[in-house]
Amino acid sequence: MVQPARKLNGSRLVRFAWLPLCLVLAACHVDMYDQPRYQPNQVSTFFRDGRAMRPPVENTVAIGSFDPDSALLTGKVNGELASELPVELTAELLEHGRTRYDAYCAPCHGIAGDGNGVIAYRGPLQVPSLHQDRLRTVAIGYFFEVITNGVNRMYSYANRIPPEDRWAVAAYVRALQLSQYADVNDLSAEERQQLGVK
Amino acid sequence: MSAQIFPRNANAIVWVSILGLVLLVGGIVAALVGLYLSPWFTDVGVPKAQPVPFSHKHHVDQLMIDCRYCHATVERAAHAGFPSTDTCMSCHSQVWTNSPLLQPVRDSYRTGDPVVWRRIYDLPDFVYFNHSVHVAKGIGCASCHGRIDQQQLTAKAQPLFMGWCLGCHRNPEDNVRPRDEVFNMRFDPLTLPLEERVKLVESYQIPTDGRLTNCYTCHR
Ligand code: HEC
Ligand code: HEC
Ligand code: HEC
Ligand code: HEC
Ligand code: HEC
Ligand code: HEC
Repeated sequence: MVQPARKLNGSRLVRFAWLPLCLVLAACHVDMYDQPRYQPNQVSTFFRDGRAMRPPVENTVAIGSFDPDSALLTGKVNGELASELPVELTAELLEHGRTRYDAYCAPCHGIAGDGNGVIAYRGPLQVPSLHQDRLRTVAIGYFFEVITNGVNRMYSYANRIPPEDRWAVAAYVRALQLSQYADVNDLSAEERQQLGVK
Repeated sequence: MSAQIFPRNANAIVWVSILGLVLLVGGIVAALVGLYLSPWFTDVGVPKAQPVPFSHKHHVDQLMIDCRYCHATVERAAHAGFPSTDTCMSCHSQVWTNSPLLQPVRDSYRTGDPVVWRRIYDLPDFVYFNHSVHVAKGIGCASCHGRIDQQQLTAKAQPLFMGWCLGCHRNPEDNVRPRDEVFNMRFDPLTLPLEERVKLVESYQIPTDGRLTNCYTCHR
C-alpha cells in the first residue's frame, strides 16, 4: 500500500528551524588563517630543501644589481679599486654610515675601530685595528671590497648591507680613522681653547 | 477535590534551578573567555622547542649585538626575517666552535639545508603587517615584542589580538619614540613628556584622522 505523502505544514516546519544554525557552525573553519599560499620564511613540503623562499637560480643576477662599469656597484673603476666615493659625501651619509657600522661592524671591530669589540673581547677573536697605516692609506674602494666579499676569516656582509650603505660605512670608517689621527692644527682657535692647548 | 500535583516547595526548586542554570551558563562563558585569553590558547610567555636553544639574553643583552645584525631586513621590508646560517657562522666559525648546541648550525652550513626555526609570532594570513613602516615611524621593537633582550628562550609578549593593534593605531602618541631609540630595548617612551610625544607624532606625520583604524589598513 502506498503511504500518502506527508504534508509539511507550518508547525512541522518550525520544528526544523534550528537547522540553519548548523550553517553558522559550518562557517567556523580556519582555512582563512592559513591560506594556501606561501609566506616568507614558511616551510615548504614541495621543494626538496624545504624552503618556500627560493634562492635565485645559480648564475643569475637581479635586474639593476649588476653593472660592470658602475663604481657604485662594483667598487672598482677600470679594474682598479675606486679611490673616490661614488656617492656625494654629506653629513647624513656619515650619520647613516655610523648606524650601519655600529650594527654590523662594531661587535668585532669596536665602536672606534680599534679591533676590541665585545666579540673580540668575550669570544675571543683576533680582530685587526682599522687604524693601521696600511688601511689608512688604502683606496676607499677597499672597504667596499671587504664588506662585499669578506677577507680571510671575515665573512661577506653583501647580503645584509646594500651597495649604497656599504659606501656609507666606508665613508664612516674613513671618518673614524681621521678621528684617531686628528691634528691639533685643524681645530679652530675656540676649540683649541676648550681643550686647553695653544 | 483534585490531587495536589506539585509539592509545597516546588516554587523554591524552580527559582533555585533557574538561578543555577544562569550561573552555570555564565560560568561556562567565563571559563571559555578565560581560556581564550590564557597562555594555553595565546602562547604568551610559552617558549617553543627550537633546533638550537638561541638566547636573545646572551646575544642582545650581554653581547650587545644590534637587532639588524640578524634581522637585517626589518627597516626595509614587511618581514624582519630570520638570520641565515651564514650570519651565525660569521661569529661561530671562530667562537664557541665546539659547542654541541651549535651542531645543527654547522650541519646546515655544510649541507646548505636551512635551520628551520619555529615561528613565535604569527598573524593569521588575512592580516597585513609591515615592519618597515612601524620602524620608520618611531615604534620600537620593545613596544610589540616586549623585553626580548631578557628572554633566554624566545616567547610571545603579545597575543596579537586585533584590539591591541587598534589601541596603538588610535593613540600612537603613547608608544612613539625618537627614531634613534627604536632598537634600544631599555628605552621607555613614557619617560618622555606627553607634549614631546605629540610633537613626534606630528613630525613623523603619523595620520591621526582615523585612517589607521580603517579596516582596509590591515585587511587588504
Ligand atoms: C664577526 C666579526 C667581524 C665583523 C662583524 C666584521 N669584521 Fe672586519 N674583520 C674581522 C676579522 C676576524 C678580520 C681579519 C681577517 C683576516 O685577515 O683574517 C677583519 C678584517 C677587516 C678589515 C681589514 C682587512 C685587511 O686587509 O687587513 C677591514 C677593512 C674590515 N674587517 C672591515 C669591516 C667592516 C667595514 C665591517 C662591517 C660591515 C666588518 N669588518 C665587520 C672580523 C669582523
Ligand atoms: C645573533 C642574532 C640575533 C640578534 C642580534 C637578534 N635576534 Fe631575534 N632571533 C634570532 C633567531 C635565531 C631567532 C629564531 C629563534 C627564536 O625564536 O628564538 C630570533 C627570533 C626573534 C623573534 C621571534 C620571531 C618569531 O616569530 O619566531 C623576535 C620577535 C626577535 N627575534 C626580535 C629581535 C629583536 C627585537 C632583536 C634586537 C633587540 C633581536 N631579535 C636580535 C636571532 C637574533
Ligand atoms: C656577533 C657574533 C655572534 C653571532 C652573529 C652569533 N653568536 Fe652565538 N654566541 C656568540 C658568543 C661570543 C657566544 C658566547 C657568549 C659567552 O658566553 O660569552 C655565543 C654563544 C652562543 C650559544 C651558546 C653556546 C653554548 O655552548 O653555551 C648558542 C647556542 C649560540 N650562540 C647560537 C647562535 C645562533 C643560532 C646564531 C645565529 C642566529 C648566533 N649564535 C649568532 C657570538 C655570536
Ligand atoms: C607594531 C608592532 C611591531 C613592532 C614595532 C615590531 N614588530 Fe616584529 N612582529 C610583529 C608582528 C605582528 C609579527 C608577526 C608577523 C606575521 O606573522 O606576519 C612580527 C614578527 C617578527 C619576526 C618574525 C619574522 C617575521 O619577519 O615575521 C621578527 C624576527 C621580528 N618581528 C623582529 C622585530 C624587530 C627586530 C623589531 C624592531 C626593529 C620589530 N620586530 C618590531 C610586530 C612588531
Ligand atoms: C605600538 C603602536 C602600534 C602597534 C601595536 C601596531 N601599530 Fe601599526 N602602525 C603604527 C604606526 C605609528 C603606524 C604609522 C602610520 C603611518 O604613518 O602611515 C602604523 C602603520 C601600520 C600600517 C600601514 C598603514 C598605512 O597605510 O600606512 C599597517 C598595515 C599596520 N600598521 C598594521 C598593524 C597591525 C596588523 C598591527 C597588529 C598586529 C599593528 N599595526 C600594531 C603603530 C602601531
Ligand atoms: C590595525 C590593524 C587592524 C585593523 C585596522 C582592523 N583589523 Fe581586524 N584583525 C586584525 C588582526 C591582527 C586580527 C587577528 C586577531 C587574532 O588573530 O586574534 C584581526 C581579525 C579580525 C576578524 C576576526 C576573524 C576571525 O575569524 O577571527 C574580523 C572579523 C576582523 N578582524 C574585522 C575587522 C573589521 C570589520 C575592521 C574595521 C572596523 C578591522 N577588522 C580592522 C587587525 C586589524
